[in-house]
Amino acid sequence: MALLVVKFDLKKRVKLAQTVWFMYWFAVLAGILVLSLGLFFKIELRKRSELMDNNESHFLPNVLIAMGLIACGINAFGGKVCYDSLDPTKFAKWKPMLKTFLVFCMGFNALLIATALLCFVMRIPFQFTLAEGLKNGMKFYKDTDTPGRCYMKRTLDLMQMEFRCCGNDNYRDWFEIQWVSNRYLDFSAKEVKDRIGSNVDGQYLMDGVPFSCCNPSSPRPCIQYQMTNNSAHYSYDHYTEELNVWRRGCREALLSYYGGIMNTIGALVLLVTMLEVAVTVGLQYVDTSLSTLANPEDMESESEGFLLEKTVKETFTDIMAKMKAMGKGAKVEEGGEEGVATVS
Amino acid sequence: MAVGKITFTKTEREKLAEVLWLLNWISVVTGAILFGLGLFLKIEIQKWQEVMSEQGILYVPHMLITTGLAACGINYVGSKICLDCADTNKFLRWKLVMMPYIVCTFFFTACVLAGALMCYSIRSQLEEALYLGLRNTMRFYKDTDTPGRCYLKKTLDLLQIQFQCCGNTDYRDWFQIQWISSRYLDMTNSAVVDRVRSNVEGKYLMDSVPFSCCSTLSSRPCIQHNLSNPGAHAHYDEQSQQLNLWRRGCQQALLDHYTGTMQSIGLTVLLIWLFELLVLTGVRYLQTAMENVIRLGDPDSESEGWILENSLAETACYNFSIIKTLGKCYQVDDDPNINVPTAAADQEAPSAQVQVNVTS
Repeated sequence: MALLVVKFDLKKRVKLAQTVWFMYWFAVLAGILVLSLGLFFKIELRKRSELMDNNESHFLPNVLIAMGLIACGINAFGGKVCYDSLDPTKFAKWKPMLKTFLVFCMGFNALLIATALLCFVMRIPFQFTLAEGLKNGMKFYKDTDTPGRCYMKRTLDLMQMEFRCCGNDNYRDWFEIQWVSNRYLDFSAKEVKDRIGSNVDGQYLMDGVPFSCCNPSSPRPCIQYQMTNNSAHYSYDHYTEELNVWRRGCREALLSYYGGIMNTIGALVLLVTMLEVAVTVGLQYVDTSLSTLANPEDMESESEGFLLEKTVKETFTDIMAKMKAMGKGAKVEEGGEEGVATVS
Repeated sequence: MAVGKITFTKTEREKLAEVLWLLNWISVVTGAILFGLGLFLKIEIQKWQEVMSEQGILYVPHMLITTGLAACGINYVGSKICLDCADTNKFLRWKLVMMPYIVCTFFFTACVLAGALMCYSIRSQLEEALYLGLRNTMRFYKDTDTPGRCYLKKTLDLLQIQFQCCGNTDYRDWFQIQWISSRYLDMTNSAVVDRVRSNVEGKYLMDSVPFSCCSTLSSRPCIQHNLSNPGAHAHYDEQSQQLNLWRRGCQQALLDHYTGTMQSIGLTVLLIWLFELLVLTGVRYLQTAMENVIRLGDPDSESEGWILENSLAETACYNFSIIKTLGKCYQVDDDPNINVPTAAADQEAPSAQVQVNVTS
């Protein structure tokens, strides 16, 4: 016996076809939504590709764009089929390819679910790309005269101000690299020579941060230099001072920003998948209700629509048998030839 | 002779009514747009209201909001009227309302024009408000512990970062005020005490600026202190000095921002005004055409429509005389309906008395 049988008369069939046609138009809009989400994510990644060492993977946004385009195409076609289903002559055109189209739709829905899962999972490799990219970015902060890296300072400053973060994990990352270029150091000064001498790599390290780390909410003017030296500033204790510079690291800030985007996109793709499954089921009912007319000549006769022709188990065994038969078909041909050869 | 006379056939009148119905609906949408523009402008001004000494310029968005709402209402009524005007019988319902409606719409359209012109005339008032407001905000920059002023530091820092500006007219404005609170000054330090004493008002002034003045375009780390002494910094040449801080003053930056916004809004409002004027003219033609049809008696005949029945001068004189008459309503004139006490009345009174005497 068939799965989820529903009886249809003419009025019900027309209503079903109209509803499914309407839903297909919504699904086209949903496809456009997925496409635009993919484009948006791609643009966001490109905007900050410098911070990720130009190494970021554009796999996810490309997949979203492709799925969006395919969804638009499939849903537009499905809508046309539903529209024509009200007219038997036009529907006869589409009848033969409907079965394959429905199988294709089911495959596409499975791909959509995989894309949604991918959105949630991509966070992990992204984390590593960000960490690497930010570390290198900070190293090149001072190289404003090197072609190819001259905008790194500006990019980092703007990013730290926009995302309210400082350094990679926290502001102390700036203490470990030289972010003041040698061009602006006075090598004749004793203080500079001492600092460079005290360091193995000969780098000018200091306990200071760039101005973009400063927090405007601080009640006192920003303390950027000699941050760990309490006596250098009046009434200052760097252990308890919380509002002076941004406490959050930029890796965490960027990760939560992009993670938020990916989670939202994943949730929306799941919703779109549910809509697609609904329209596929609807089209299946439209197709079956028109194929099982009690009196094929009379359009006003009753018919039955079903989800699957046999029960789930029987359909599954049917599919397995078909696949085995296809697999054996090649073998039987070879065996038959041999048999023929032996017989003759 | 009438102004702008056009002859309408029956079909032309019906077509005009239909077109005006559609145009009135479009006008409702433009009214909503006007309302939205007013709201947007109000929000933009209130975002930075702390750096403006007075918000007198809020009358511009308020004007736009009220005109927008009025536009929606008036044009909705207008669309109803125009829909009925296609049919002579239904027009009779609206006959008495039409003239006041057109006068009302005429004044309303004038308000829209006034709103548009206001957008262009705001510059001088804004300039003054911004100059005073920014000066006060800079003065209170250090007062992060005073209630009512504790957020001014944050506001000013964010303003300078967002609009890429520094100080009121120039970064040197920061040299003339004390922007470091006394709470963070070590009064036991002789250098600090000297600085404070060297100043008449006892303020701690220095040639340095807050961090929010730093330019992101500079190729070297920001130099905020000892700005009047370029020799104190290594290789601090002319070009470095140009790029180090934001050169523009915040008064100029905000002024440009608001003038730009208001000019675009003003242009849109002017276009809306032209559209409203077009609709008003159409409604006037429809009204006069329908009235003439009723006067002629035959609903299917041709009729004339005009903007003014007589020339501009004659209409102006007529209206003035109406206004004068309204003012004179308690004075005597030649209206036969008013009972004017004359000599005849005086004679009647004694005869009544004589009669009384006789009877008693």
